[in-house]
Amino acid sequence: MVLLLLILIPLITGILSFAVKGDGAKALALISSILTLGVSAYVSGANYTAPITYNHDWIPILGTQLSFVADGMSSMLCLLTGIVVMVVMISSVNKNVESPGAFYGFLLLSQAGLMGVFLAYDALVFYVFWELALIPVYFLCSRWGGEKRIQVTFKFFIYTFVGSLMMLAGLIYLSMQTQGLSSYSWPDIVRAGASLPPATQQWLFWLIFIAFAIKMPIFPFHTWQPDTYEQSPTPVTIILSALMVKMGLYAVLRWLLPVLPSGVAYWSDTVIILSVIGIIYASCIAIVQTDMKRLVAYSSIAHMGLMCAVAFSHSNIGMHGVMVQMFNHGITITGMWLIISMVENRWGTRDMTKLGGMATSAPNMAIAFVIISLASIALPLTNGFIGEFMLFNGLFSGTESNHVTMTVIAGLGIILGAVYTLNMIQKTAYGSTVKMTIAKDLSMNEYLGLAIIVILIIFLGVYPKPLLDLTSGIAGMIVK
Amino acid sequence: MKAIIATTVFGIIMMFAGIVVNNKKSVASIAALLFIALLGVNIWDLLTTSANAPQLLYGNMLRVEHYSLWFNTLMTGCSVLYVLLMGKEIQKVGSHVAEYFALIFFILCGLYILSTYNNLLMLFIGIEILSIPQYILAGSDKRNLKSSEASLKYFLMGAFSTGILLMGIALLYGAARTFNIMDMVGILHSDALNPLALAGIMFIMIALSFKVSAAPMHMWTPDVYDGAPTPFTAYMATVVKASAFFAFLRLFQVSFNSLSEHWTIILAIITAATLLVGNVTAVFQQSVKRMLAYSSIAQAGFMLFAVLAVNQFAWQGIIIYAVAYSVATIGIFSVLVKLKDYTYDGFNGLAKKEPLLAFTASIFLFSLAGIPLTGGFMAKYYVLLAVVQQGHLLWLVIFALLMAAISVYYYFRVIIAMYFKTGTPEFNSPITMGDKVMLMVTCILVFLLGIFPQIFLYHV
Repeated sequence: MVLLLLILIPLITGILSFAVKGDGAKALALISSILTLGVSAYVSGANYTAPITYNHDWIPILGTQLSFVADGMSSMLCLLTGIVVMVVMISSVNKNVESPGAFYGFLLLSQAGLMGVFLAYDALVFYVFWELALIPVYFLCSRWGGEKRIQVTFKFFIYTFVGSLMMLAGLIYLSMQTQGLSSYSWPDIVRAGASLPPATQQWLFWLIFIAFAIKMPIFPFHTWQPDTYEQSPTPVTIILSALMVKMGLYAVLRWLLPVLPSGVAYWSDTVIILSVIGIIYASCIAIVQTDMKRLVAYSSIAHMGLMCAVAFSHSNIGMHGVMVQMFNHGITITGMWLIISMVENRWGTRDMTKLGGMATSAPNMAIAFVIISLASIALPLTNGFIGEFMLFNGLFSGTESNHVTMTVIAGLGIILGAVYTLNMIQKTAYGSTVKMTIAKDLSMNEYLGLAIIVILIIFLGVYPKPLLDLTSGIAGMIVK
Repeated sequence: MKAIIATTVFGIIMMFAGIVVNNKKSVASIAALLFIALLGVNIWDLLTTSANAPQLLYGNMLRVEHYSLWFNTLMTGCSVLYVLLMGKEIQKVGSHVAEYFALIFFILCGLYILSTYNNLLMLFIGIEILSIPQYILAGSDKRNLKSSEASLKYFLMGAFSTGILLMGIALLYGAARTFNIMDMVGILHSDALNPLALAGIMFIMIALSFKVSAAPMHMWTPDVYDGAPTPFTAYMATVVKASAFFAFLRLFQVSFNSLSEHWTIILAIITAATLLVGNVTAVFQQSVKRMLAYSSIAQAGFMLFAVLAVNQFAWQGIIIYAVAYSVATIGIFSVLVKLKDYTYDGFNGLAKKEPLLAFTASIFLFSLAGIPLTGGFMAKYYVLLAVVQQGHLLWLVIFALLMAAISVYYYFRVIIAMYFKTGTPEFNSPITMGDKVMLMVTCILVFLLGIFPQIFLYHV
């Protein structure tokens, strides 16, 4: 029941929100997000004894059940969703959008979709939520985004829709192979997939993987991403980059690696090479960007590329690292977008060549910015370090043919990451002071939002044990 | 099968009602009541027929299975929905309102025969009863040249395809020496197959492809659907098309099942062509009405999947698809018919002016595009399931999914116009509370189909 609450709270408040006028919607969204965070914290806490499950009949003739399970990985991502959405709501308190009822309604609906994706234990339920998370985001970007929003969002939507349809075909095929009556439940799908002959698994792999590759996104399926991030309003960019892309990675861990072991073994070299190309390619492009939003968008491709490469490296510690890093990346990049939106708000531009001197004109903001940036380049004692360490350890100890070479090349990504991130700090926080159009350091709610992020960054950097404990044991389930 | 008699009687009553009652509004009300009564008769049929053994009627001419009755009931339900949503618009088409309703009753008579025929002659008669009222309805806007063109074109093409159908039936009779579709099963074997039978099957396939507007026999569709008065286009594109599909499936599933190796590949190519032509051409349309005509071709491609899959899922697939597609299409047409301008620009800014209209239209479009939790998703899901189950047409499934992705493009263009563009849409008539309630009901049906499809497959 409690798992159902995770989906129902945002769903119901989201629908209600459409009817609310003015600031009421903001308050409703904030309350809803705090409630959801509370429930997801409870779910994560309860996970130490036994995962919470929920089962209910849905369409028996299709062999599908409304089935949810919150094991370590799922509850961790629900917690991340809870935190990020709440931070988004807190930092939007002093922002005004056109028709707030619909705006916050769509945000909450997308949260409901995300929760469903992370909890689903039945392939068809998973697919349904996978699509449902996308629709609200489509409306959010197309209505409240930048000037090129309609074409850009359309491209994004069609891209992901093609992927999901391919995945649907794959899932139907898999459910046909289950024993007895067709079934979509996770254990049945895993059993059916693993028993398929390797040749079948090899083509089925792409049918399913392409949806996840587009969502993450992995080079060369990433072309929708920078434009969409750039054109979306900041709350939506946060939902997209901190949570939605995690859907792709989560789906790889849950619905691909255990399901098609031979297919994965056959293609993992290819995927790792693509991911590593993506890391270097995106990092190089990030270096020459002048727009902060585009820079962070490309850096996100690089970070996701590393996680994806490690996910395919068949190592236990690497897999654990991927889960930890999913959480950390979500936290860090949320902070990053918040800072960028504050910069845009105060200076009226995101162009780094026209910025400078944040450290003197808005010192608190600059401090938060520096901490978040350091977490982004994985400095020790920030949350990024532990995850990245485990990732590289995993990639290095993996079973792939070129794992050492790949680790070295991927390692270049760290250096390049430091180059563009520090460059960004230098240009915006230091240098000659550019006058702000709205001269103000952090306001109360911005302070609170950034404080949550910064505290999490430092706490998890110094004492990552709770996060590691939450996801321990799951890696063993994925890599046999 | 009291429904066949009832619908004929109701049709005749409507014709006389046109003479007795002068007020268009009362005529429409009488029609609505009769449609609801007809739904009642169908349910009565359903309840009084045994679920296990098929019933043979009228000298073995009709064989009434439980799922056929269920299909009839659902399609009559869609017709009720259609009359309630479109009643006002039908009154505006011309002065002979009572006759329009009478013709729709006769179409339903054809539908009931097509869902239960046991004899190829009944197939022919059913198709004729179904088609002839449509030729008239297509041309009912007499002053409009496009409407007359549509009617004539439809009539010529329809007559042509009926000729081909008769030719096929004759050839098949030559091979099997019977018109009875059940007896044929025993006579037509794969090992000693008379070439006449194969030729007959091909002719029949081509003729039925005409009726369901499958490519390359689809050429009449866009002009007819575009030219016919919009309320009648909505009916032609939905209930009528679905019943032609049911007849198609019935013949190929029952009689030609054992010969599927001979015709599957041809039908698969027709399906692929239909999907390609329908979806790709729809992208380039500027008028939403014409786009919906092409989209109905595209959707026909998906319904052909049910015919291709010769297994039990096919029946469930065709029934759920027929209902989901009909409900959503009737819904979107009933929004379209309210607007003065049928181009995409006519929809600009609809969300600001009539939020409920825009919302329901979006749900109908989501359903047509196959977004989860709407009926369209479950429908596509079922027909895909049927083909994946059958095993060796996986290439077609993947092709169809790519085409479904293309369809998102033109369906979402309407949503983009309604929500993200500015403009002031003009309406033919003010939107009343009654319209809104009916649209909401339709919308709820779409969700019901998507979330609890088993309700609609209760008797299959």
